[in-house]
Formats: sequence, C-alpha cells, structure tokens
Amino acid sequence: MSDFLQPRSLAQALEERAAHLEYQLLAGGTDLLVASKDRLPLLGMIDLMSVSELSGIEEVAGGGLRIGATTSYSKILDSEAIATRFALLHKACREIGAAQIQARGTLGGNIATSSPVGDSLPALMALDAQLELASTRGKRTVPYREFLRGYRKVDMAEDELIVAILLPAQPEGAFHYWRKVGTRRAQSISKLMIAAVGSVQDGKIASAKISLGAVADRTIRLYEVEKAIVGQKPGPETAAIAKEVVRASITPIDDLRSNAEYRLSTAENLVARFVLGLASTVGTTQSPSSAKKNK
Amino acid sequence: MKIEVTINGEKRQVETAGHRRLLDVLRDEFALFGTKEGCGEGECGACTVLLEGEVVNSCLIAVGQVNGKSLTTIEGMADGQTLHVIQQALIDFGGAQCGICTPGVALCAKWALEKEPNASKERLRELMSGNICRCTGYQAIVDAVVSAQEGADS
Ligand SMILES: Cc1cc2nc3c(=O)[nH]c(=O)nc-3n(C[C@H](O)[C@H](O)[C@H](O)COP(=O)(O)OP(=O)(O)OC[C@H]3O[C@@H](n4cnc5c(N)ncnc54)[C@H](O)[C@@H]3O)c2cc1C
Ligand code: FES
Ligand code: FES
Repeated sequence: MSDFLQPRSLAQALEERAAHLEYQLLAGGTDLLVASKDRLPLLGMIDLMSVSELSGIEEVAGGGLRIGATTSYSKILDSEAIATRFALLHKACREIGAAQIQARGTLGGNIATSSPVGDSLPALMALDAQLELASTRGKRTVPYREFLRGYRKVDMAEDELIVAILLPAQPEGAFHYWRKVGTRRAQSISKLMIAAVGSVQDGKIASAKISLGAVADRTIRLYEVEKAIVGQKPGPETAAIAKEVVRASITPIDDLRSNAEYRLSTAENLVARFVLGLASTVGTTQSPSSAKKNK
Repeated sequence: MKIEVTINGEKRQVETAGHRRLLDVLRDEFALFGTKEGCGEGECGACTVLLEGEVVNSCLIAVGQVNGKSLTTIEGMADGQTLHVIQQALIDFGGAQCGICTPGVALCAKWALEKEPNASKERLRELMSGNICRCTGYQAIVDAVVSAQEGADS
C-alpha cells in the first residue's frame, strides 16, 4: 500500500522529504501524473499542495516579489502586481496549457521538471529570478541561471524543495517582450520562445536581458547579445548587430519539431524585433533628468 | 487513507489509496459515471470537474488532494429533473453528439460564465480551449454557451 503524505507546514514537509527520499513530490500533478500514468503503483507521494505557506504572492523590500513554489498559473495571472511590473511572466503564463492546466499547474513544478520547452523558464531567466530552496539542512538562495545544469538537470539535492521564486524589481517603464513560436496557441509544445526585458535612457539601450527557450538542451541567456547592444541606439542598425551576434553565439538543437537553421533564423528575427520594440519605447521611458530637460 | 469529500453538496467518504486518480475514484467508488476519460493526459478535458469552483482535469488529480474539499461533477449540474441552462442549450443547439466531451464542456462553460459573465465569444473559446470535441466542430457548442450567457443576462 503506497503512502500519501500531506504535511501541513514547510517544516513538516522538509522532515517528511528527508525521511522518504524515494517518495515523489506532488504539486499540481500536471507533469507527474501524466508521466506516472502507466507505471506501477508508486512507493509514496508527498503532497505539497497541502502546505499553505508554499503558495501565494507577496511584496518584498525594494520593489520585488516573492512567489510561493506551489502558486498556480491562474493565481499568477490574477495578480495585478505581476501583470503590471513583471509583465514578462504574465505573458508567458498566459500561454501555458488551457484553463484546467492553469488552475493546477504550478511555477515550482515547471522549474523542477525543467523541460527545455517549459514556458515560464525563459521569463524567469530574463527577469533575473532567484530560487529559494530548503531542506532540513537549511535554506539557500540560488540565481535561476545557475540552477539550470543541463538537459532536465537542476542544482537541487534529493532532500531539497523549491520553496519560492524571488523576482527583483525591474527598471521602471521597461519593455517586456515575449513570443512563443509554435504550431498551436494553446497546449502546444513550443518550438521556440523568447523572453526579454530592456530599458532605454537618453536614446540609448540602458539594460537588456534576453533569454531563449527550446533552442538548446536548456533555457539560455544571450549575454553576448546583451553586451553588444547595451549603450547602442535602439533601431535597425543595432538590430542587425544583434542578429549577427545571435548567429555567432548559439548552436540550436536539431530535432523533429523544427530544424536547427529554422530555429537560428527565428531566434535572430525575434531578437531583432525586441531591439526594434525597444526603439518604439523611446520617449516613454526617459530618465528623470532627461524628462525634466524636455519640459 | 480515509477521504472525506463533498460532492455536489453531499458529504461522501471513501477508504482508498491517496495517489489514485480522482477520475477513477469518482467512477469506481462513487459510481458517478458522468465524468469521462478521454486521453488520461490532461489534453482533452473529458474528465473535467469543478474543485472548489475551479475547473480541473480529474485525470491529473490524486484523490488524496481533494480530502476535505468540495467538488461539482456533471451529476450536480441539473436541479432534479430540470436541466441547467447550459445543458439545455447544448441540446437545443446540437452541441452534444456522441456525448463523450459533453460533461466536461458543460462544466467548463459553467465555470467560464461564472468567472467572466461578459466574456466575448472569442474569450469563451479561449477559456474552453481545454475541452476537445471530435464531433461538433465547436460552432454549435459556442452558440449554445453564448445563448446560455444571453439567457442569464435577461
Ligand atoms: C495538457 C498539458 C498542457 C501543458 N502545457 C504546457 C505549456 O504550454 N507550457 C509549459 O511550460 N508546460 C505545460 N505543461 C506542463 C505542466 O503543466 C507544467 O510544467 C507545470 O508547471 C507543472 O507543475 P505541477 O505543479 O503540475 O507539477 P507536478 O506534476 O506536480 O510536478 C512536476 C515535477 O516537479 C516536482 N516538483 C513540483 N513542485 C516541486 C517543489 N516545490 N520542489 C521540488 N520539486 C517539485 C515534482 O516532484 C515532479 O517531479 C502542460 C501539461 C499538460 C498535461
Ligand atoms: S481524460 Fe483527463 S484530460 Fe483527457
Ligand atoms: S460530442 Fe462527441 S466529442 Fe464532443
């Protein structure tokens, strides 16, 4: 008879995890129960949905947000703070599954599964998210970009849980760009996703964070492209530079869904569109000093 | 484990393994056969039920997770012999043919109209995109839901 544990607090969940490393952690079940459908009965499960301190969205000092790991996509989509200040995450979550999946699927589950096509992952990476992890041995915080170690491989010990996702404040008036190129809008396995956030000050790109999903074995950040465009004037010339750096810096995977050359040229075009999108924000996101000068 | 759950307003109990799919427990333990299995993988919505008012796929929920919670299944939608307006509209508009998707479609439509009473036709299609129908081509379903929406307004 398999065991079904329902801890009522984080402390209890961590104890139960440490005592039963062979059990499966269950959140919304939208990955796990699909994968375990045809398998023999499991040894046991630890239900994280019963731990209320693992869910919810709260403000943190400095204008950031803390999102509990078992917060569902529908709660994320209902959050005004996310829709307005972290639009990138809102846009990414809008396209995950249909209503039934959004009601149950959780951000923590998407991160732990770490599929190369996980939709929230590029948004988290471009927003410089940090993860709060815990075990009975203690708590630690890791930048999301370091948490990803390879194809479905993450920096999580077998006794650890993802407790929360921390989003730092984004530049005021930043441009949030999200596109998913896939075959069907809802419930599709995406071919390519771009998540990017950038700001323009005094006619120059002041910051740019660009992440791509489904082009490599894991979600990636385009640091070289970011470096090449920061300080430049947003517009067609900078977009052309960005395209060249994209081509030089990534080697997309070739698989059945979409071949490597298609992915590469799509990635180039999407990055270029982000740069052009930044150009269209000029005039709306001036620095306080230049705004005064214009008066 | 012992599971206590309120189904369609009635308190029910069952002793079973917590990891079993809610879908199987509804059908095999509670003899509520209105909830259908299509894909068993979260893709089709045939197994849709409402959990604490939220629209969910019962094939992707471990029954232990509904302990102490309340559910609405298709059996709870009609009021005695009187069908819910959405059910009646699905019949009137030919939105139900083979019927496999219909319980899920009806419950998802109920959820959608409660969540967004003024949703546009396009938005309703989006809210109901997790319910696949192989027979009707959707137009009849959408027409039925829109008519139920208008009926609720007047
Ligand atoms: C029909 C359908 C459509 C889908 N569409 C999309 C889509 O468009 N985009 C997309 O990205 N995904 C999609 N998914 C995948 C899935 O919904 C997401 O990955 C979801 O975020 C998983 O979250 P969950 O809470 O359901 O995870 P679960 O299934 O409960 O768990 C997934 C894994 O994560 C582990 N885990 C969960 N929470 C924690 C935690 N706090 N700490 C440590 N480990 C944890 C579990 O042990 C398990 O291994 C889809 C799935 C289905 C069935
Ligand atoms: S049977 Fe549950 S979604 Fe298809
Ligand atoms: S009526 Fe047959 S699947 Fe919808």
